Amino acid sequence: MSTTAPARPLPSAVQIGLSRIGLEVKQFFREKEQLLFTFFFPIIFLAIFSAVFSGTEFAQGVDAATYFTPGMIASGIFLTSFQSLAITIAMERDEDLLKRLRGTPMSPQSYFIGKIGLVLFTSVAQFGLLLAVAGLLLGVDLPSSADKWLHFLWIFVLGTASGSVLGIAFSGVPKSGKAASAVVTPVVLLLQFISGVYFVYSSLPAWMRAVSEVFPLKWLAQGMRSVFLPDGFEASEPGGSWQLGTGAIVLTLWLVVGLIVAQRVFRWTRRDAG
Amino acid sequence: MNDNDLAVRVRGLVKRYPDKVAVAGVDLDIRHGEVFALLGPNGAGKTTTTEILEGYRRADEGDVRVLGIDPAHADRHWRARIGIVAQSSREEAELSVAELVQHFARYYPNPRDPDEVIASVGLEDKRKTRTRKLSGGQRRRLDVALGVIGNPDLLFLDEPTTGFDPEARRHFWTLIENLRTAGTTILLTTHYLDEAEHLADRVGVIADGRMLEVATPDTLGGRGARTARVSWLDADGAHEIRTDEPTAELARLMLRFDGEIPELQIRRPSLEDIYLDLIGAVDADALEGATR
Repeated sequence: MSTTAPARPLPSAVQIGLSRIGLEVKQFFREKEQLLFTFFFPIIFLAIFSAVFSGTEFAQGVDAATYFTPGMIASGIFLTSFQSLAITIAMERDEDLLKRLRGTPMSPQSYFIGKIGLVLFTSVAQFGLLLAVAGLLLGVDLPSSADKWLHFLWIFVLGTASGSVLGIAFSGVPKSGKAASAVVTPVVLLLQFISGVYFVYSSLPAWMRAVSEVFPLKWLAQGMRSVFLPDGFEASEPGGSWQLGTGAIVLTLWLVVGLIVAQRVFRWTRRDAG
Repeated sequence: MNDNDLAVRVRGLVKRYPDKVAVAGVDLDIRHGEVFALLGPNGAGKTTTTEILEGYRRADEGDVRVLGIDPAHADRHWRARIGIVAQSSREEAELSVAELVQHFARYYPNPRDPDEVIASVGLEDKRKTRTRKLSGGQRRRLDVALGVIGNPDLLFLDEPTTGFDPEARRHFWTLIENLRTAGTTILLTTHYLDEAEHLADRVGVIADGRMLEVATPDTLGGRGARTARVSWLDADGAHEIRTDEPTAELARLMLRFDGEIPELQIRRPSLEDIYLDLIGAVDADALEGATR
């Protein structure tokens, strides 16, 4: 034996998980590509859209910045959870980092604690920055009632949770680390276009709305509109309602499906590793 | 030898892939504190065998014990006692050497001192360098640092010095010798025969999924493999004979030739020659089998 020291207990999965959160966050903010296309993307787009449509008046006296703020918040949640995890895990697997981690006493839970911590940290930071830009620079009226913020909380949690598990599940789709961005980004972009992030949702053709209703981002965006747009705007929504109940059900379904699929398909080694 | 003295004990290991049998009945014993080198051509079954011992793959048949436990059912406690240096990863590019080594130290109950480990692989000057900026050899030394940070009882080294310049390789050998002195058991796979000769207490040669021979580096191939080879050139062409009495052979040649003997060479086969003979025999068999 190489050691004469008495057997010490293994560090707990939570302890290691917390240490991984620190490492993940550090890496995220040092990675320029991640920072630009995941973190700052919705903020840049909010600025562009409010400038381009500055003369446009939406229903209920809502201006462009106000209308697009909830969409960009929803889109940001989807980016920091789904896109970020799907791309980075695919790359970590392809580059044998996951294999290396699997060869250490780090438990799988610790790895996922790290990823979930990263998603929470980045999505909360991004949301804070979006609010600051919208409220301070673009003059968007932010909700003041506790009721609205309570709604926000469950929509935010459900959105990040389902986005995260779906991202973990989707990380098995790209065949290589290099292909990861090219495979994941268009999926996210497509969902953003049909879910009313970049366009006014009610102006989209009915068939497109029907497609978007299957996916989580539409419900996340609609939920955020219910928080950040005035109550009267509800009448301008396609069903004449925010449909929060349906949204909660669809997001929960995706969360459950994502959990099951992620557990089945997640692997520590590359597919060609036998 | 008592089985309790063994860090690794393998009996009748078989691993099949859809297109071929990668390991066809391998036995292997590695004692505690021993440096064992596994040699063999690409596709011989080295990596498959090693990855089964590391717990990455499952055996189809046979009995595998690593530190007394079947790696297929290993837990975190077992993983805390082994160290693995496999292929380099290009991920975690934005973290510094010190950040990574310190982080991996947190996974283990009884880690070595990160600064000491960084110094032992010669990366003191690169402590604050992000891994993206390391050269291939430096990256490999970082891999070794991450493999030994947990103070393992058993260390797996998979082609650790590929891409090293000769000086870095010598430096690395010293590092391995220090680990051995500290009592670490090491399983090394390598393509460099001089490395195996220098580091290993015993070597095993594997080809076509079978263990051809296990011996100390200076007895591999048996006594006959080490007979001297005397070669020269005359009007009939090149000659080579194997003899236990090269001096007597030389005396005979000196009588036959008037003055210098053309292209005269007397040499003892190196470990590499013996190794090539061993796996050459397998290749010839395989060729014969294929043409039959």
